[in-house]
Amino acid sequence: MAEKTQMLSIVTPQRVVYGDEVRFVSARGVDGDLGVLPEHTPLITGLKPGVVRIQKDGKWSSYAVAGGFLEVRDSRVVILANAAESPDLIDVKRAEAAKQRAEERLASKAADIDLMRAKAALMRALARLDAAQSK
Amino acid sequence: MPSVRDLRRKIKSVKSTQKICKAMKAVATAKMSKAQEQVLAARPYARQLHEVLGRVSEGARNVKNPLLAVRDPKKVCYVVITADRGLCGGFNSNILRLTTREIEKWPGVALVPVGRKARNFFRFREWKTDAEYIGLGENVKPEQANEITNFVIKKYVDEEYDAVYLIYSKFKSVMVQVPTVVKLLPVEPPQAEEGAEEAKAEAKSKAAYLFEPSAEDVLEFLLPKYVQNSVFQGLIESKASEHSARMMAMDNATKSAGELIDRVTLQMNRLRQENITKELLDIVGGAAALE
Repeated sequence: MAEKTQMLSIVTPQRVVYGDEVRFVSARGVDGDLGVLPEHTPLITGLKPGVVRIQKDGKWSSYAVAGGFLEVRDSRVVILANAAESPDLIDVKRAEAAKQRAEERLASKAADIDLMRAKAALMRALARLDAAQSK
Repeated sequence: MPSVRDLRRKIKSVKSTQKICKAMKAVATAKMSKAQEQVLAARPYARQLHEVLGRVSEGARNVKNPLLAVRDPKKVCYVVITADRGLCGGFNSNILRLTTREIEKWPGVALVPVGRKARNFFRFREWKTDAEYIGLGENVKPEQANEITNFVIKKYVDEEYDAVYLIYSKFKSVMVQVPTVVKLLPVEPPQAEEGAEEAKAEAKSKAAYLFEPSAEDVLEFLLPKYVQNSVFQGLIESKASEHSARMMAMDNATKSAGELIDRVTLQMNRLRQENITKELLDIVGGAAALE
């Protein structure tokens, strides 16, 4: 039986990262994780840095997304991300290092650190690692 | 009257200039194709962002946001994007001429030059600048656009600026670059007016948009992003324009150097021939006098 599908595109300022017909998309929204199946009602939400999971033809794949938006309209899902990477492009070592750096910065509690920035960096690093593991 | 030797020297110097022009053209061509790719790759994102913003502002008509606040333009800020270097034809001067014309419209103006040429232009004229961004390098990153954007947004929210415009060179094609002025702030939400069919689909889907967490929050998130992306787009378009302008300029220079070489070579040969003829006449005349 032919599954219903929806068009998913992941777009960053640098390039179009993904564009294909898929069955299911899940992402981390600002209010929590959400999953989108075809014929979802029109929706716009912000995204936190996290992993976007995609199911296509019964197979799963994931992308690390560093914040952005998700829009659903007429069974088309558009993710406008600041940055997005497929797991095979993620430099695990770099992500580990970034995670460590961010954690240290948060732990040091020095007055001169930018708490928001450190937190955001930590979340981005975690998202990358997460995506890399779920390969 | 130049001697043969003078002409030969001139040809040599023009030739070496031509070589430099040729090399610069090759470099500009390579950089241009890269920059052009970047521009084309960035357009889908810009288009999507534009559309989303249009639809969000449809659904959130009465939302108040500091970036949407329209004020009487008493002080207007211009972000002017030029190249860091010259030798690219009219590229920089077109932008700066447009800037000079634009700023006459307002009683108070603040300038933010991006690129060495704009900065030097303002400095030479002793026009005060509020911030300067120089040496952005070949690969423009979104972070660099964010830095500029955050600066003007802060000034705008603090009500130091009443409007912010961006002046850059739009990359139409390799041959055509258009100096362009766009309004950054206050943000004017794009209207959904692209064709009747689009509008119909719009009307259908507009009916029930879910916003998570709320339209206000989404807008608060979306507007700075939109401005940032406009600046980023301006930066990369300007980069691509710069390289194609330089390529054209260097191509012309190479060609006219070639023409000059041809002309001077002809002149030199003629002169040389003339000298030989003169010498022969001398010899023949001398021999005739002996007889």
